[in-house]
Amino acid sequence: MKEILEILKADGRITPRQIAIMLDRDEAEVAATIKEMEEKKIILGYFTLINLDKVKGERVSAIIEVKLSPQREVGFDAIAERIYRFPEVSSVRLMSGSYDLSVMINGHTLQEVAYFVSNKLATIENVISTSTHFVLKTYKYHGTILDDAEEDRRLVVTP
Amino acid sequence: MTESINWRERLNPVVLDIPSSGIRRFFDLVSEMKGVISLGVGEPDFVTPWHIRESCVYSLEKGYTHYTSNNGLLELREAVVRDLEGDYNVSYNPLNEILITVGVSEALDLAMRALLCPGDEILIPEPSYVSYAPCATLTGARPVYLKTSVANGFQVTAEMVEKAITPKTKVLLLCYPNNPTGATIGREQLLEIMEVVRQHDLIVISDEIYGKLTYTGKHTCLPSLPGMRERTILLNGFSKSYAMTGWRVGYAAGNPDFIAAMKKIHQYTALCAPITGQVAALEALKNGRSQMNKMVEHYNRRRRLVLQAFEEMGLPCFEPGGAFYAFPDITGTGLTSEEFAEQLLKESKVAVVPGNAFGGQGEGFVRCAYATSVEELSEAFQRMRQFVRRRLGRGKILTGSFGKSESVKEGICKTS
Repeated sequence: MKEILEILKADGRITPRQIAIMLDRDEAEVAATIKEMEEKKIILGYFTLINLDKVKGERVSAIIEVKLSPQREVGFDAIAERIYRFPEVSSVRLMSGSYDLSVMINGHTLQEVAYFVSNKLATIENVISTSTHFVLKTYKYHGTILDDAEEDRRLVVTP
Repeated sequence: MTESINWRERLNPVVLDIPSSGIRRFFDLVSEMKGVISLGVGEPDFVTPWHIRESCVYSLEKGYTHYTSNNGLLELREAVVRDLEGDYNVSYNPLNEILITVGVSEALDLAMRALLCPGDEILIPEPSYVSYAPCATLTGARPVYLKTSVANGFQVTAEMVEKAITPKTKVLLLCYPNNPTGATIGREQLLEIMEVVRQHDLIVISDEIYGKLTYTGKHTCLPSLPGMRERTILLNGFSKSYAMTGWRVGYAAGNPDFIAAMKKIHQYTALCAPITGQVAALEALKNGRSQMNKMVEHYNRRRRLVLQAFEEMGLPCFEPGGAFYAFPDITGTGLTSEEFAEQLLKESKVAVVPGNAFGGQGEGFVRCAYATSVEELSEAFQRMRQFVRRRLGRGKILTGSFGKSESVKEGICKTS
């Protein structure tokens, strides 16, 4: 299972048949394992990694540190849910340290992000404070270096 | 007007007589073309792991820019000894039994020059790496080929060695896992060969640069066999296992007399291996194991894909147990190795190396390196399949492409 995940993580388009050959396993067995992992939500989806800097159009991302006062019985989870349901929020994580939630949001303009933070996020009950950090440049994302100059520099034929 | 001088006449005839590498000619041909997928590269597609590169950068910042001892950094030699002990259970003294060299290439040259006299004979398996015979020739020795074939798994046998021995035979060269065939050799078979070696008092040069890239069975390090440590010069390095080809660091391990003789030549010709490379090699041995294992696993997966692709293509391919080469039999196409490689390049823009570049026994085969991404391999085999289909002239060849059925492949194209 681990090996299948490792291969799929590197290339989501690879077929069960290819995986089966690579791991010297039965194709049906690999396909069944993948299906099982999809059903158990171990595999959540197959996406395309896009370098948005190279796609035309205005885009702004920000990481917002959110301080909360936890709610009785549900702790941080209920507040986190109220936040992660917004489609402009791309990730929400509970953190150790000086703040509680790390919220990543994507918008088209600075104003859009600012509006979301001041009107939607900061006004949620139990949110004590927010601190917004706009992303200036992304160097590495999902384990991939965005502007990687490490192309194949080998000679075309060597002994 | 100045008289035209034939400078070639002034050259050493031994050098003149060495044929230029068959690979070189092919390299020139490939270099002129665009859009070529090359399966002709004899080195890893991985860039050296970052922690290794970073340690070299750090060493430069710290001023590690000087000569090292002729033998190489003691710390590196100690690490090499630990590595050999840990993996193969063979011990060496780092002080006088290890020599760090400028790649295995230098170690090979040193070993041959230290051992061989004009007129001596050295037994070399064929097909094999392109440097062995020319290095022997340069010493004035005579290469005698042990002709291995696909029928015996490209393995040297005790009988083969026995038959080739004459009173002039001094050295047996072994190179497993093998470039270009990917063949490995088992412990039992090596024991039989070593019996003959001891009987005839031969010395063995064992080039084990692909040793860590063994996928079936376990690699047997030759000097770990009983009685072989003293009569073997073991050659190894970091190029293939740690993706460090350009760093040029290798080593030789052997008895103090062999190593001292090799060091004598080394100190007058190379002085020492570059310190930057040595520092990087040390980091590789200290902390590179997990990344190396990962790379080996990747090669193994690609190896299986490649074998499957040849099977579907209708080209019989010997199952390589090591290195990162497949060596399919292309005689069914009616072409020679060179014709196959040249036509495949021109028609389908896939570069492979004609088998005869590795000696006469390689005729009828081509070498395909699978040290290339799965994506590139997939495309290369797609192209090769069509090429072969036209040559074999039968419509029956399976249509399954590189592990994907055509319909699945199309489906993917549409959604991407």
